[in-house]
Amino acid sequence: MPAKSKQPVFESWGRYPKVDCHVAPLFWRDEFPRGTRLPPAVLAVGMGRSYGDVCLLEGGTLLSTRGLDRFLHFEPSTGLLRCESGVTLAQILQFAVPRGWFLPVSPGTKYVSVGGAIANDIHGKNHHIAGSFGSYVPSFELVRSDGARMVCSARQNTDFYCATIGGMGLTGLITWAEVQLRPIASRKIRYEGIKFSGIDEFLSLSSSGNHVEYTVAWIDCISRGRNFARGIYMQGDHSEIIEPKNISREPHLAVPFDFPGWVLNRTSMRIFNELYYRKQLRHHATRLIDYEPFFYPLDSILHWNRIYGKRGFLQFQCVIPWRYGRDGIVAILETIADSGLASFLAVLKVMGDRPSPGLMSFPQPGITLALDIAIQPGVTFPLFDRLAEMTRELGGRLYPAKDARMTGPQFRAFYPQWRQLSEYRDPAFTSSFWERVTGDA
Amino acid sequence: MRKHQRRPSKRPWKLWRGKRALPSKIVVFGATSAIAQAWMRLLAPHGASFFLVARNATRLESVANDLVTRGAAAVYAETADLDQFATHPALLERAVSSLGGIDCALIAHGVLGDQTAGEKDFTLAAARLLTNFLSAASLVTWLANYFAAQYSGTIAVISSVAGDRGRKSNYIYGSGKAGLNAFLDGVRNRVDRDGVQVLTIRPGSISTPMTAHLPQGPLFASPETVARDILKAIQSRRDVLYTPWYWRGIMAIIRMIPEWKFKRMDL
Ligand SMILES: Cc1cc2nc3c(=O)[nH]c(=O)nc-3n(C[C@H](O)[C@H](O)[C@H](O)COP(=O)(O)OP(=O)(O)OC[C@H]3O[C@@H](n4cnc5c(N)ncnc54)[C@H](O)[C@@H]3O)c2cc1C
Ligand SMILES: NC(=O)c1ccc[n+]([C@@H]2O[C@H](COP(=O)([O-])OP(=O)(O)OC[C@H]3O[C@@H](n4cnc5c(N)ncnc54)[C@H](OP(=O)(O)O)[C@@H]3O)[C@@H](O)[C@H]2O)c1
Repeated sequence: MPAKSKQPVFESWGRYPKVDCHVAPLFWRDEFPRGTRLPPAVLAVGMGRSYGDVCLLEGGTLLSTRGLDRFLHFEPSTGLLRCESGVTLAQILQFAVPRGWFLPVSPGTKYVSVGGAIANDIHGKNHHIAGSFGSYVPSFELVRSDGARMVCSARQNTDFYCATIGGMGLTGLITWAEVQLRPIASRKIRYEGIKFSGIDEFLSLSSSGNHVEYTVAWIDCISRGRNFARGIYMQGDHSEIIEPKNISREPHLAVPFDFPGWVLNRTSMRIFNELYYRKQLRHHATRLIDYEPFFYPLDSILHWNRIYGKRGFLQFQCVIPWRYGRDGIVAILETIADSGLASFLAVLKVMGDRPSPGLMSFPQPGITLALDIAIQPGVTFPLFDRLAEMTRELGGRLYPAKDARMTGPQFRAFYPQWRQLSEYRDPAFTSSFWERVTGDA
Repeated sequence: MRKHQRRPSKRPWKLWRGKRALPSKIVVFGATSAIAQAWMRLLAPHGASFFLVARNATRLESVANDLVTRGAAAVYAETADLDQFATHPALLERAVSSLGGIDCALIAHGVLGDQTAGEKDFTLAAARLLTNFLSAASLVTWLANYFAAQYSGTIAVISSVAGDRGRKSNYIYGSGKAGLNAFLDGVRNRVDRDGVQVLTIRPGSISTPMTAHLPQGPLFASPETVARDILKAIQSRRDVLYTPWYWRGIMAIIRMIPEWKFKRMDL
């Protein structure tokens, strides 16, 4: 184990909660566990792109995997890549796109690590067809604090394989993983944007576009009345016209400092939502666009989380099963609109029924809604608590990767399989999230 | 005279355009160093071949796999403790025969070590000087003769800004690097006329395993930044590289402080 380095607090993407922890950078797969002085509580972290506290550990040591960034093998005939767990999806794209391969599942940012993608079993715009990231990870190595090293797959150490996918880093350190890429002919996406107003229009677009590989909708969740739940339905698939596939350029824009709290208010949010809705003039637009703006529109500005100011922000993501799907989402959207708390990044998507190997995987068939809201004392937390309770009543669940508020009883209702996970948890591994939601059990 | 016809062009516009071909047959000492890895990753996609030398076999294998996956034409790896400099000539000959010649060498191995322990026990300090100065000087000697005989080649050596002036916090490390700097200046003076580039790389503080135990201040740069600077300096045939660039200014100021004042400072 390398010596601990005292760094400014490690922050998650939402910058809330702020906790005090050490960071021990790992550079080699054989570095953990090394020596006798194992810190009492550890947690692996990748890029810290989770919003809440799944990637934090109050008073503990975070094993940062950024230095585990080596590619180990690539099979050009099948697209199977083996790499270390700190390799980011951005690095994979940089490597794979020129060779004609693409990620099987892409979240809304490419700056996440393979380890983080497995541990949260992330999903993307193709969930309704492809399922989640874990379905494309045939095997990985898990290292436990007692020094045991296990290769986990659907055939070997299957119980640890299933517990680790979506296991929120609690089963140990993932050192390397295999990722099954999918072929592409070009960087381009055949994009189609369709304006809709109201959930019913969204649902009918979703069912008619079910065969399209990538679908998602941006939704205005400020407006009420006539404009309630208006939005833009965005879908696309990979262009099949063979074209040269160059490497992406790295972004040069960054938000240099924390914005003061007043910048994002109801008025500026309302203007943003209005402009975003009007950006697309026609009701229906089709064009060929590059994959970068299609999948990662926010990645072109580094540190964009600073616009929410020092206090940070919360993300809310729920999935509501079909049984209550439509009415449940309407009720949640109404609660948000009535609260007067603004959000400019709200997305709606239909999730499919392709099962994940993961025990604790978040996705389930239904409708998922994700949005972020700046933390304002006295108002944001009560809204989130109300939304979590509504999610529970509607038989849905919240996404731990994007949570900082759900209570222990709520978590255990969302994920009754949590007890099984705790059997596979490594005794030295825990997180602020885990302590929060199981500490009172 | 054939020898002088082969001398590299000194036309200034060629210098800054940096249009020279990328190195393609490369030997790297201390190949598990974070800076060396970042640098090799820039070259692997262009189909370079590498001969890697490092101490730790399993780590070396990971580095080799990474480079092969990224597109290196061939990667040979050998483990060696470079302190044993009697083994250097044979090692280098194996590199030449594996790669079918060499056009560039990067010497990246080094140890920071514990300054206070070395103050109490000179054997520790001597071991550090051996690694940071003598072992590198031995490799440079062989390489300078080899490249001079073929009238071409690049010897890039990672020294440090710590060699610019001895400071109480790390003069054991710094003096090894200072000796290395003077050695490289001399070798450059000898073999420049044979078309050999000798590049002294002086990085400032870089986030690597060597500095992982130190608090990371705002001046810390990434190995990737240093790697890009090294490659540019090789392509534009520079002699001395401060990286990142602001260290040239910082060290100029530190060298300017008069000794009567410097000796009382806590640096
Ligand atoms: C702009 C934005 C958009 C996003 N969009 C989506 C989306 O569309 N879909 C979606 O699913 N998610 C999305 N996310 C969330 C993000 O994909 C997940 O939080 C992801 O897990 C982050 O990966 P990371 O490398 O940053 O991991 P971290 O946040 O650092 O860690 C996440 C978890 O992984 C564990 N972990 C990390 N590395 C290892 C390892 N080597 N071994 C064991 N455990 C490990 C940690 O312990 C922690 O529990 C988005 C996030 C952002 C900021
Ligand atoms: N990081 C900085 O801030 C900084 C600043 C200025 C200069 N530098 C110089 O940059 C160079 C690269 O260092 P780094 O920052 O990349 O750190 P690093 O990753 O720790 O690399 C140092 C490498 O040197 C190797 N090494 C040490 N002694 C050796 C020996 N006797 N034989 C063979 N290999 C040996 C180490 O191998 P093992 O793994 O086997 O120990 C290690 O791979 C060094 O010369 C260093 O002095 C670094």
